[in-house]
Amino acid sequence: MSERFHERFPDYDVLDKWDSPSWNDQTRAVVNRRLHQVPDRRFLSEAEWQILEAVCERLIPQPDRRDRPVPIVPFIDEKLFKNQGDGYRFEAMPPMRDAWRRGIAAIDDEARARWGGGFRELPANQQDAVLRAIQHNDTRSAAWQGLSAKRFFSNLLLREVVSVYYAHPAAWSEIGFGGPASPRGYVRLGFDRRDSWEAEERYAR
Amino acid sequence: MPASPRAKDGRAPDVFRPGGWIPMRCRRDEDEVDFAIVGTGAGGGTLACKLAEAGFSVVALDAGPYWRPLEDFASDEYEQRKLFWLGERITGGDDPVQLGDNNSGQSVGGSTVHFQMVSLRFRPDRFKARSRLGYAVDWPIEPEEMWRYYDLTEDALKIAGPVNYPWGPPRGRYPYRQHEMNAAGLILARGCEALGVKWAATPLATISAPRGKAHPCVYRGFCKFGCSTNAKQSALVTWIPWAIEAGAEIRDLAMVGRIEVGPHGKVTGLEYHREGQWRRQRAKNVVVAGYAIETPRLLLNSACPQFPDGLANGSGKVGKFFMVQSNHAVYGTFDEEIRWYKAPPSLAICEHWNYAETGKDFPGGYAFMSQGPLPIEWAGTITGQRGLWGMELRNEMAKYNHQAGLKIVGEVLPQEKNRVELAGETDEYGLRIPRVVFSYGEEDRKLYRHSIRFMSAALEAAGGRDIWSAEDTAHLGGTCRMGSSPNDSVTNADGRCWDIPNLWICDGSLFPTVAGVNPSLTIQALAWRIGDRIRELGRRGEL
Ligand SMILES: Cc1cc2nc3c(=O)[nH]c(=O)nc-3n(C[C@H](O)[C@H](O)[C@H](O)COP(=O)(O)OP(=O)(O)OC[C@H]3O[C@@H](n4cnc5c(N)ncnc54)[C@H](O)[C@@H]3O)c2cc1C
Ligand code: SF4
Repeated sequence: MSERFHERFPDYDVLDKWDSPSWNDQTRAVVNRRLHQVPDRRFLSEAEWQILEAVCERLIPQPDRRDRPVPIVPFIDEKLFKNQGDGYRFEAMPPMRDAWRRGIAAIDDEARARWGGGFRELPANQQDAVLRAIQHNDTRSAAWQGLSAKRFFSNLLLREVVSVYYAHPAAWSEIGFGGPASPRGYVRLGFDRRDSWEAEERYAR
Repeated sequence: MPASPRAKDGRAPDVFRPGGWIPMRCRRDEDEVDFAIVGTGAGGGTLACKLAEAGFSVVALDAGPYWRPLEDFASDEYEQRKLFWLGERITGGDDPVQLGDNNSGQSVGGSTVHFQMVSLRFRPDRFKARSRLGYAVDWPIEPEEMWRYYDLTEDALKIAGPVNYPWGPPRGRYPYRQHEMNAAGLILARGCEALGVKWAATPLATISAPRGKAHPCVYRGFCKFGCSTNAKQSALVTWIPWAIEAGAEIRDLAMVGRIEVGPHGKVTGLEYHREGQWRRQRAKNVVVAGYAIETPRLLLNSACPQFPDGLANGSGKVGKFFMVQSNHAVYGTFDEEIRWYKAPPSLAICEHWNYAETGKDFPGGYAFMSQGPLPIEWAGTITGQRGLWGMELRNEMAKYNHQAGLKIVGEVLPQEKNRVELAGETDEYGLRIPRVVFSYGEEDRKLYRHSIRFMSAALEAAGGRDIWSAEDTAHLGGTCRMGSSPNDSVTNADGRCWDIPNLWICDGSLFPTVAGVNPSLTIQALAWRIGDRIRELGRRGEL
């Protein structure tokens, strides 16, 4: 698996539109909080937080942003602290907070069961192997008892991690998404048509 | 998020002016109002307006907040989750349905605040699926009558659509002109033309020209997360202000926990939670319009010694025949830039498989439409369906501007075993939470498999590469079906409960079948009809 991100929009930063008619005050307030008021740890233990950090580094590697990675764990912790669910849970899954606590512990235990070391201590390729096994319900640790590894991985962990990441302006910029668009929306809608306030692609495929 | 109610003390928010207010006539809890309505979405909002216009005193309560879109809605997927019903529900069965942002809202205006505005009619025969097409059940209403109410509703909402709609019996031109097509819609057009089926601009409830204080759609594409310009003709900016003007009262942040029954087996009012306390509103009639999960939940949670199995449940059908619509999709990569985040997501439609009777191996129908998911939703689709993560995911996501897709709204047939029931757990109000059980039937599977084959061919013919398919569900229906007999339905054709004559239902839970079209136009047309019927019954002294 390639570890390099193929940049398509090197000159585009959605934040350049901050003061333009594409952004309104309520959007600026929301994004400002996301950028500058990253929540502190309130729910997870220090150890759980660290394991989750290591997991996120594999799920969304950011080698191109070593010094300033998009923060993910703080927003998951905030969601858990506020106990803000998604509006449903699968039968036979424990309530959200419980599922996360047990899931994080089980990832670590799965790492030990497979490689004899905690998740954080493993090299990247072994970490990936642990995560892939969990994704495919091919687990060895007894810690998954009463918690579907696959459901935890797909419906809670991965879903939440990508939701947090793709809520960040840096992620909007890297995929060439127009970002916030109110009051000004778009005018040019057809094939290969671009408004001047949209991302210009430099490299395709 | 407003922490305390806005609609009170003689005024309600003016949705068209930041910080603005409009006068609203308020009732006291002890006043016995003619109608107390639970829920203010497509069904409840429309009915509140129609009943107030008919001169009834109306109080409509909603668990959600009363937004002013111009000041409250950010252009942000994460933030705008505040529009969805996020209370805990348990989902099970062979094909457990993803709930939350996938199908239900919690706002004054209900799910229409975040809906994607697709406004379609049932093919007339679908209302008589059993007698004309040989499957499922008939609606207890004549298709011609529903089509008359479609005319009225489309005009009230100024639906923007084509001059000539290519399927079904002739209908007038749409009140507002169709929207300009985006590239995502042109992909559908190319695919359909290549396969020899018709396509059209989707009739949409977002205005293509100014209307009153609302500006036309600016093609910002955040429709699913609330329209911050008021172009979208949601109940919040149409039926609700019209209802208030006609004398109705709206109560926001008011969660109804129980419907009360008097000694004679009729309802006497309801208990609701607002501003930290439980209160009681007295009413001559109660209407439940909480959508297909909350409506049966409330009826079941209102069980009392006279009705130990829940209200209106003599037939045992409350919560039964729960339906979704299949929402399968195909996606592909294109050489051209599509930039599908621009404009309402489903600008183009093909209803061929709702009308064709040959070339298919399933009884129901489906429509398919062009797509435009925003980044979080798109990432969720890629990870959920293909299991991608790591750098592979980031690189795949970077093709965002070159993707296009087609997605169905497919008919799922009613099955009694698919249901909403109460779980043992309770929510923060002490009310038992719902458990939703769903499994596809064989006919449902044939339908979506057919759609994947057809749409894959269309996408390929349109120039798509690396085509893959995804499964999903959308919309809810059934659970308090209307019918012609008290033995196998919960209400009659007027939404009036067979068991309790002053208890009514007016929302998507009434649907005996869901057809292959998005439901909200039909819910609103049905609510308008129920409003007219109640006015007529009142005139005749039969309420
Ligand atoms: C993302 C999305 C996109 C959609 N797009 C389309 C589309 O393009 N076209 C289309 O036709 N349909 C669409 N729909 C579906 C459509 O929005 C719904 O089918 C329709 O709004 C349902 O109407 P309703 O009146 O039954 O319920 P709703 O509109 O959901 O209204 C129910 C209201 O009742 C309130 N409520 C429930 N229980 C209680 C209680 N106990 N006390 C107080 N209040 C309560 C809720 O807060 C809610 O506001 C979409 C749905 C979603 C989720
Ligand atoms: S695209 Fe149009 S309808 Fe959708 S949110 Fe924007 S203005 Fe509203």
